[in-house]
Amino acid sequence: MNAHSDTDRDDSSQRDWQRQREALRALHRDVLDEPVPVALLAAASSAARRQGQRARWLGWSGIAAAVLIAFGIGWIANGQWTLQRTGAALAQTPGNRAFAHEAAVAHAVFSPEKRHPVEVAAAEQQHLVQWLSRRLDRPLKVPDLSAEGYALVGGRLLPGDDGVRAQFMFEDPAGRRVTLYLGAVGDKAAPSTAHESAFRFSSQGPVPSFYWVDRGFGYALAGDASRELLLRLATSVYRQL
Amino acid sequence: MDPGPLVEHIPSLRRYARALTGDAWAADDLVQDTLERACSKWRLWIVGSDLRAWLFTIMHNVFASQLRRAPPRAVVDVDGDDAPELHAPDAGHEQRIDLQRCLLLLPDDQRAVLLLVALEDLSYRQIARVLGIPAGTVMSRLSRARSRLHALMEGEAAPTVQRPSLRRLK
Repeated sequence: MNAHSDTDRDDSSQRDWQRQREALRALHRDVLDEPVPVALLAAASSAARRQGQRARWLGWSGIAAAVLIAFGIGWIANGQWTLQRTGAALAQTPGNRAFAHEAAVAHAVFSPEKRHPVEVAAAEQQHLVQWLSRRLDRPLKVPDLSAEGYALVGGRLLPGDDGVRAQFMFEDPAGRRVTLYLGAVGDKAAPSTAHESAFRFSSQGPVPSFYWVDRGFGYALAGDASRELLLRLATSVYRQL
Repeated sequence: MDPGPLVEHIPSLRRYARALTGDAWAADDLVQDTLERACSKWRLWIVGSDLRAWLFTIMHNVFASQLRRAPPRAVVDVDGDDAPELHAPDAGHEQRIDLQRCLLLLPDDQRAVLLLVALEDLSYRQIARVLGIPAGTVMSRLSRARSRLHALMEGEAAPTVQRPSLRRLK
């Protein structure tokens, strides 16, 4: 059933829509062919088991089979979960500390700049985000820190130990600057180990920073500011990203 | 019940969630929560009715409630999820990143309608049920989503705050 054709006014808008639709369908096409993650299979079969238990009309053999499948999958999934959790706990700290240090150094290098603090200024924010999203291979967003009194100065691309990094710079009316440093972190072969972490405060390095890992991405908010202010800014960034 | 029918829908749930959230981890988190919610609500599903539409309805509700909460920080499963590769910047890839980024700039309700039509081929009536809105709203959201996405992709940054162009009558 072609539900959308009746809103289309003419051929060209029909063609535009076809192009848009094809682009959207191509966007994550590969996900359809990926094997379904074990934990999702387990969740599905546990739902199926409930339905099975509830449906009186279903024969005992059916229930037994469903329970058996659910149990089997649950067993495997459980093993996976345990592994991941341990891995995450073990792999967390050292890499992240290096990340926070890189962020603090990048802050110290660029934030005193009068003429070239950033590569792309806030006036070209749209271009800035498009460019850095492409280079970091992730749709980025610039957090809005105006509620905390900070406006975007701009951003730049940087090399980190593990690959590309981006730095967004913000400044308050008095010209005090903070920077947000971000990029993919963790073992590429096992992204789960870099999934997420709590906020961590680091006072080592040229300036203090709060850093955290969220969905395989590391973030560090650095600046010559109090711990309280940095935490407030980091929390605001975390909520928005 | 045989988990087969439920499992059959997981790939399309995952793809939709991926486009909706723009993030592999968040997407599988959302699918997992959806399946768990489905599990606790089985009683409400009528055997023989459209299972896919029902699952999308649940996913939409889970997604909406997650937005109201603070962002989830739980550990999620990433099995079967390929590690992020280092891409040589090619044009097609950059376009996909642009498309996903622009999608995320759409209001959530517009994005949901657009993706349900484009990815799932659901009818307006089905989408209206999934999202709990009138069919007329589905149509107007779809057309707003399409033109906004088009404008964003073309770089004509549409204003973030929508100002209805009301004619002033004096």
